[in-house]
Amino acid sequence: MLVSLAQATYVVAAVLFVLSLAGLSRQESARRGNVLGMVGMALALLATVVLAVDVSERSPLVTLVLIALVFAIGATVGTWRARTVEMTQMPELIALLHSFVGLAAVLVGFNSYLTSEPDVVHQIEVFLGVFIGAITFTGSIVAFLKLSARMASAPLVLPHRHLLNLAAVVVSLALMVVFVVTDGLVPLAVMTVVALALGWHLVAAIGGGDMPVVVSMLNSYSGWAAAAAGLMLSNDLLIITGALVGSSGAILSWIMCRAMNRSFVSVILGGFGAEGGTVASAGGPQGEHRETHAPDVAELLADARSVVIVPGYGMAVAKAQYPVADLVQRLRARGVQVRFGVHPVAGRLPGHMNVLLAEARVPYDIVLEMDEINDDLAETDVVLVIGANDVVNPSALEDPGSPIAGMPVLEVWKAAQVVVFKRSMATGYAGVQNPLFFRENTAMLFGDAKERVEQIVAALAARSPSGVG
Amino acid sequence: MRIGVPAETRPGERLVAATPATVAQLRKLGYEVVVEAGAGARASYPDSAYADEGATVADADEAWACEVVTTVGAPPAERVDGLAAGTLLVSMLAPAQDHDLVQRLAGRGVTALALDAVPRISRAQSIDVLSTLSNVAGYRAVIEAAQEYGGMFTGQVTAAGKTAPATVFVIGAGVAGLAAIGAAVSLGAQVRAFDVRPEVGEQIESMGATFVRLEAAQQEVSADGYAAALTEDQARLTAELYAQETARADVVVTTALVRGTAPRTITAAMVAAMRPGSVVVDLAASGGGNCELTVPGERVLTDNGVAVLGWTDLTSRMPRHTSQLFGTNVVHLMALLTPEKDGTPRVDLEDPVQRGMTVAHAGEVLWPPPPVAVSAAAAPAAQAEPAVDPEERARREEAAAVVRRRRRTALSGLGAVAALLALTFSPSDTVAHLTVLALAVIVGFYVISSVAHALHTPLMSQTNAISGIILVGALLQIGSADPVVATVAFVAAAVASINIFGGFLVTYRMLGMFRKDV
Repeated sequence: MLVSLAQATYVVAAVLFVLSLAGLSRQESARRGNVLGMVGMALALLATVVLAVDVSERSPLVTLVLIALVFAIGATVGTWRARTVEMTQMPELIALLHSFVGLAAVLVGFNSYLTSEPDVVHQIEVFLGVFIGAITFTGSIVAFLKLSARMASAPLVLPHRHLLNLAAVVVSLALMVVFVVTDGLVPLAVMTVVALALGWHLVAAIGGGDMPVVVSMLNSYSGWAAAAAGLMLSNDLLIITGALVGSSGAILSWIMCRAMNRSFVSVILGGFGAEGGTVASAGGPQGEHRETHAPDVAELLADARSVVIVPGYGMAVAKAQYPVADLVQRLRARGVQVRFGVHPVAGRLPGHMNVLLAEARVPYDIVLEMDEINDDLAETDVVLVIGANDVVNPSALEDPGSPIAGMPVLEVWKAAQVVVFKRSMATGYAGVQNPLFFRENTAMLFGDAKERVEQIVAALAARSPSGVG
Repeated sequence: MRIGVPAETRPGERLVAATPATVAQLRKLGYEVVVEAGAGARASYPDSAYADEGATVADADEAWACEVVTTVGAPPAERVDGLAAGTLLVSMLAPAQDHDLVQRLAGRGVTALALDAVPRISRAQSIDVLSTLSNVAGYRAVIEAAQEYGGMFTGQVTAAGKTAPATVFVIGAGVAGLAAIGAAVSLGAQVRAFDVRPEVGEQIESMGATFVRLEAAQQEVSADGYAAALTEDQARLTAELYAQETARADVVVTTALVRGTAPRTITAAMVAAMRPGSVVVDLAASGGGNCELTVPGERVLTDNGVAVLGWTDLTSRMPRHTSQLFGTNVVHLMALLTPEKDGTPRVDLEDPVQRGMTVAHAGEVLWPPPPVAVSAAAAPAAQAEPAVDPEERARREEAAAVVRRRRRTALSGLGAVAALLALTFSPSDTVAHLTVLALAVIVGFYVISSVAHALHTPLMSQTNAISGIILVGALLQIGSADPVVATVAFVAAAVASINIFGGFLVTYRMLGMFRKDV
């Protein structure tokens, strides 16, 4: 009876989870989706707690206290992190949360092995669950360390690294056969160590700039780890949730790869940063750039009718999104149409730039996707490129020999005037020279993006608002 | 060093080579600026405005005695003779026409940079005063025409009836022509434009004018960026086109000036065929005029009532902005000459831009400069491209794609068979769970695909939260009698619960930030 009730609750929770993700399809329904997810989770946990107390082999009170302690830990740490995390640190937080799912999957897998009778199918499920969980765990830890700059973001290139990965998979398969035949703890434990090393090595070999793909991929892995745990525990709620999360991460990885015009396999196998540099040095400077200054940009903006801002991660690094939001507000108050054009890989996570802009109180309906804004750029008076480089590089479309050839980019050079905010003339992440800087309609504004934007805001404020219509 | 800005000496000239704004920029390059009293008065820049920006206001002799002297028009002979050896003169010198002046400057030991001899390459555009002046002249030409023309440029529909918009025909789509097109379009006229270079058609149309095509008469761009002279056959065809277009136009703006000389485009017969009240503005009047009836500097009214305007001082009629733009060209040149920003100019004759402008240096006449090709910068890039036949490459790519497709089909077939076998030999319980898994993956695919791109970060944290559901597995093991199992379960549950709380709350926080425009 109690088990059936729990099962029924799980079905409801599964439906609520699906609805919660479906709610994210639009901003208007996103918060409702979030709340539906919370309700689903609360229902599932309530049912599980009742069930856990019921099946407890010890005093129910002890079990209840332990469960309360679990929630106390989760609530304290979780709430603290959720409240204090900077939006620029979201990628780190998400990577860390992935590693928790991986760790939990490993531990649940071991427990499931310890508490159940030997059975081939179950053993395979346990083995797979622990394998995926272990890769997710260390992979996410490395991603976390790289994103939080506690570890060098350059790809780790070991000799024969592809062979090493392949060997790890082959050894694990062999250990699975041993595990199924002997039902011993040793092969499972050895495989766990191998999988932990594999996860570490896989992500360590990927450069810092490819982290959006890696984090999405680990998102997917954490889902599959949960699904495998669901299979070993015969729990459909876990299976459904795992499959949802797994496909979510897979789709995000695919979107990221397409936005960089790279195959998923080549990202996973890593080493992009190292290869890109050699190709690029052949380019060298391709002409002379024109420098401009903050007051001139302010003039330009005040007289413009439509302005598009293309933000890159450099904007977030300089914390320039707040003065940018201020600038946008002022320009809009003067009747200038201002919109943002966001490339899918702007930021360190899929959709990261949107969150950073939202945090700076930029209304989401003026933040447009690359495909939405590209056609309008030709009719735009001024484009401000702030902290972005490769995503506005015309050679992606014009030079088939370029390392980023074929990557979809924001075609800012079609606008009447482009102002590029940049620290210096150094190349971007891909190490590719950007011919945009040498175009006739491009002016460079050097220096710290935050300071420069603040100067522009000040110059605009100094102009009388009624002066120019 | 000091930069001297004397007042212009040509009668009627209202321009000045530096404005208060450009004085400030010159001072940033490390220069002191000496402005002759009253130099900017006719461009509405009073001496006090210059002084406010840190310039010294002095008499003419002091301005001419500076180490660097910049003027708009060529300096008069008596001033040239007063220049000290080593003085840097920045001015429009018309070196192709006025060879005596160049000789005289070289004789004085002056380093003379001709602002009107800037090579026509992209990076030199910021110092090209001819572009600046052409732009202003093109704009002003339309304003003059609008004043002369007895009607409105824009078409109107009123209670008292409607008026047709004026038809403006622009010949030559260089800087001046395009500026004229822009001004006429924004006044509401119907603008038609012609240029012998077919590649400017796109620019004409982007300005909102109709590009008049005559395929046979149009030629390719010449190596130095100017249009070349026409062949006889082309000339005949274009003449026919001009006759047709001028006859239907209310205003004709001609801008054809090739290296200082004006080709004849509008004959007296063509003007005679125009409607009374029509206007011809000849921007090439200084070179003799494109129109046969043009008298430089004069307004001519023909017998059939067509006004032919041959003003040669169009830029001077907008002294404020012309001076500002001209002065900025000078600033860009000085920035090029002063890379250290230390107020000391260095002329680098290796640089094709500086070499092209320098007409006299260290006692020698350096005019004419060696030719500079327009596309010099583009050539090395083209060579870098490996010479692979595109067809060959396409064929190879296609073959590779076929191989890939076959391999993929074979692999997925194999996978399907393997999965089928594995499922057949699995217990029915597991099969049921795998069914759920397969369906959930499909649902997940469709649900996630419709998530807004802007919400992908909240999506990730939300999936983080719900994948904390793995807690369910751990909770059920927490009551185990085996202390090892219970401990492991406790740790797993604690970690997973961080996910649940952290994930949901951070998603909630993020979603709260997204706000719609009010």
